[in-house]
Amino acid sequence: MEPPTRINLKTDETNTWCPGCGNFGVLRALQSAIVDLGIQREQVMLVTGIGCHGKMYNYVNVNGFHGIHGRVLPVMTGIKLTNHDLTIIGHAGDGDQYDEGLGHFPHAARRNVDVKLFTHNNKVYGLTTGQTSPTSTQGYVSKTTPHGAFPPRIEPLKIALASNASFVARGWVGDVDHLKELMKAAIQHKGFALVDILQVCITFNRVQDYQFYRDRVYKLEEQGHDSSDYYAAMQRADEWGDNIPIGIFYQETRPVYRTSLPQIEKTPLVKQPLKLKEFSKTLQELA
Amino acid sequence: MADEEISILIGGEAGAGISAAGFSLGKVFMRGGLHVFGTVDYPSLIRGGHNFYMVRAGQDLVYNHWDNHDLIIALDANTIQRHWKELKQGGGIIYDSDEIATDSTDLPKDVKNLFPVPLKTIVKEVKGRPVVRNTVALGAAIGILGYNIEILEDILQEIFTDKGDKVVAMNVNAARAGYDYTKEHYSKKLAYQLQPSKKVQKNRILLTGNEAIALGAIAAGCKFYAAYPMTPASPLLHFLIAQAERFGIVTVQTESEIAAINMAVGASYAGVRTMTGTSGGGFCLMTEALSMAGMVETPLVLMLAQRTGPSTGLPTYTAQSDLRFAIHASHGEFPRVVIAPGDVNECFEFTIDAFNLADEFQIPIILLTDKHLLESHASTQPFSIEKLVINRGKLLPMTPYSDKEPYHRHRLTEDGISPRLIPGTPGALTHSDSAVHKESGFHGDRCSIATEMADKRYRKVPKLLKRLEKKPCTKIYGPKKADVTLVGWGSTKGVALEALRLLDKDNIKANFLQVIYLTPFPAEAVKAGLNDQNPILVEGNQTAQLGSLIKEHTSIELTKRILRYDGRGFNPLQLTRRIKEEI
Repeated sequence: MEPPTRINLKTDETNTWCPGCGNFGVLRALQSAIVDLGIQREQVMLVTGIGCHGKMYNYVNVNGFHGIHGRVLPVMTGIKLTNHDLTIIGHAGDGDQYDEGLGHFPHAARRNVDVKLFTHNNKVYGLTTGQTSPTSTQGYVSKTTPHGAFPPRIEPLKIALASNASFVARGWVGDVDHLKELMKAAIQHKGFALVDILQVCITFNRVQDYQFYRDRVYKLEEQGHDSSDYYAAMQRADEWGDNIPIGIFYQETRPVYRTSLPQIEKTPLVKQPLKLKEFSKTLQELA
Repeated sequence: MADEEISILIGGEAGAGISAAGFSLGKVFMRGGLHVFGTVDYPSLIRGGHNFYMVRAGQDLVYNHWDNHDLIIALDANTIQRHWKELKQGGGIIYDSDEIATDSTDLPKDVKNLFPVPLKTIVKEVKGRPVVRNTVALGAAIGILGYNIEILEDILQEIFTDKGDKVVAMNVNAARAGYDYTKEHYSKKLAYQLQPSKKVQKNRILLTGNEAIALGAIAAGCKFYAAYPMTPASPLLHFLIAQAERFGIVTVQTESEIAAINMAVGASYAGVRTMTGTSGGGFCLMTEALSMAGMVETPLVLMLAQRTGPSTGLPTYTAQSDLRFAIHASHGEFPRVVIAPGDVNECFEFTIDAFNLADEFQIPIILLTDKHLLESHASTQPFSIEKLVINRGKLLPMTPYSDKEPYHRHRLTEDGISPRLIPGTPGALTHSDSAVHKESGFHGDRCSIATEMADKRYRKVPKLLKRLEKKPCTKIYGPKKADVTLVGWGSTKGVALEALRLLDKDNIKANFLQVIYLTPFPAEAVKAGLNDQNPILVEGNQTAQLGSLIKEHTSIELTKRILRYDGRGFNPLQLTRRIKEEI
């Protein structure tokens, strides 16, 4: 197959996102990242969950699996442990990952399985028509919280850091080039990588729109942030208000999960032959 | 003179090594050339409470534990209190006289054959740690039975060899001391004496259903097993983890059953044979992803271990109440196979078939088992892999894709089964969607697509039925024509076969119809097996679930029903009495 280009990464499927949806920026950034890195399309596996983000599956011409709500991480983990030669990229939504699939999130982070999680965090439920999401800010008014969301929002970066994620970043769809660079860094990172993407739902979230972020985001790398400093990362992750940091919060080199499994140290599981030489030995142990 | 068979119960508190002792005793008998069945009864706790293990050994095949015992080994008073009524005529009780005063129990004064042994004192004499009390008791039992102590010494040597010579010596000395004590004080006092037999081949194995399923999975080339611990399925995870490096298997203890099945589907999609296992509650959590496996047509083998429900129920006790659940679990419609093996041999054989079926038809296969099958030990011939057949169906090799037609994961084919490409194969891409999809795998919501794809998935069924014709979807034991036909499934097989022998002794001509493949339901074979004979349904549930399936598929209503659902499973004598009442 020819090397990836912006053209051949496209599919013939009709795009059904709302005009102006922030997902177009995520799509552009992902396709550009794959082109820049020159990864063969056969070697890329895209896994998505349920929500508007999930349609990415239909628009990127690499291998794909569109699973059920909240389960991007375990599906990716199963694929990676079977064939670690593949580059495995998961897209999830804020409802998908931080509500339905939250239970998998710290575990994938602490296992340090070499999979990439890009969450489309638009702080509202889109495909189910505008309910409050776990990342909706306190007081957010929607049809499910007419008096404003009561609990404080889930803070994914802090959960990731607390769960020993080895790569924690935030991007935003208004700066596609910057987002693309974050995606590239995440893909090149050896281990679990989170890029939480401030995405914009122009139909249902009238609070955090393009202008809201344009007025607030700043780049960590321009502020001399040291991404090897865990406590500095935690502090930056705590910032939300007039200034919202984007960039790489934290990155460390840590053995990936596979190194704990000598049986797949070298050859991926899928390329290994049937090994029954010692079957009789196991039987003898039961005699 | 040797008796044909023997039943022994050993009991004590959890943590006293009851299960290990019972298992060792079973091994001693098996190595001596006897057929063995052993089962453990334990509540859901780690220390205290009451555990007991029943081991039965005989020169003829034994299929189940027995109702009453030739020998009871009591490590605590509770064991006597609870089980003395299960003594056979002439049976005896070995008990720890350092620990137990028999007058503190309801044991009648006229019970003979009491064999007090100062287990604690003997432990001290051999300078053993308190945990070897069960080993002393084993030695004592073997002395009383007039059996061969060297076999036990060999087994202890093997079990403890990794822990060093000191631990081996401590255990061997403990066993020998117990043996010497009963030889000196109670030699031939028990009427039941047991000798090693030369009739039965000696190189046999003693294993649980969990282990037999694991061996089947290994032989079938299962490469990935993900599970969350849940009784009684956990030992399958333990065994596969222990064997993982030897056979190149990746095993993952996941954060939940939801993670387990989603990982398994991911691994299967990536190209390897994959399995997950759980019990009822965990299976509840898995049903959404089971439906996904059906939709994306990704092969999956799922071991569903039944225990007493509903809800938490009796976590460590058996049941057959998830049959309907296994058949119908998940939203939407998709074909599946449900197989219920009835003993360790079938566990091995049908697990291999489950993997083949999953690959050939790209559907989920459920192995429906239960605690009694999974955690009881049975002796058998070592499994053979000489005639092993592995059929991966329409899985494409990972060589460059060169077909002129573009690859479509869900291509509409005559038999409904589409060639399966492993992601990473050069020259083609693969797409699978849990949403309604087109042949390409990309989403499509035209109504014709939904219908076409549903029909495609169900076009597999005629071929599946044909394929299953080659399999014994049902089995009949005993004479073809009989006055009474027992009808059952799963682990009830063992006790049913025992009942056949007992009925035969009473000159009642009976046979047993075992239904093994429950979905698709083998209606014709069941009809033929029932054959207008006098059928009695034997099931471990309250609502006669197999009975209702038979009615649904054959219009035959089985009105005579023997149902037990207290978690304990049937005993041969008790079941036979019930059968006679029904006749």
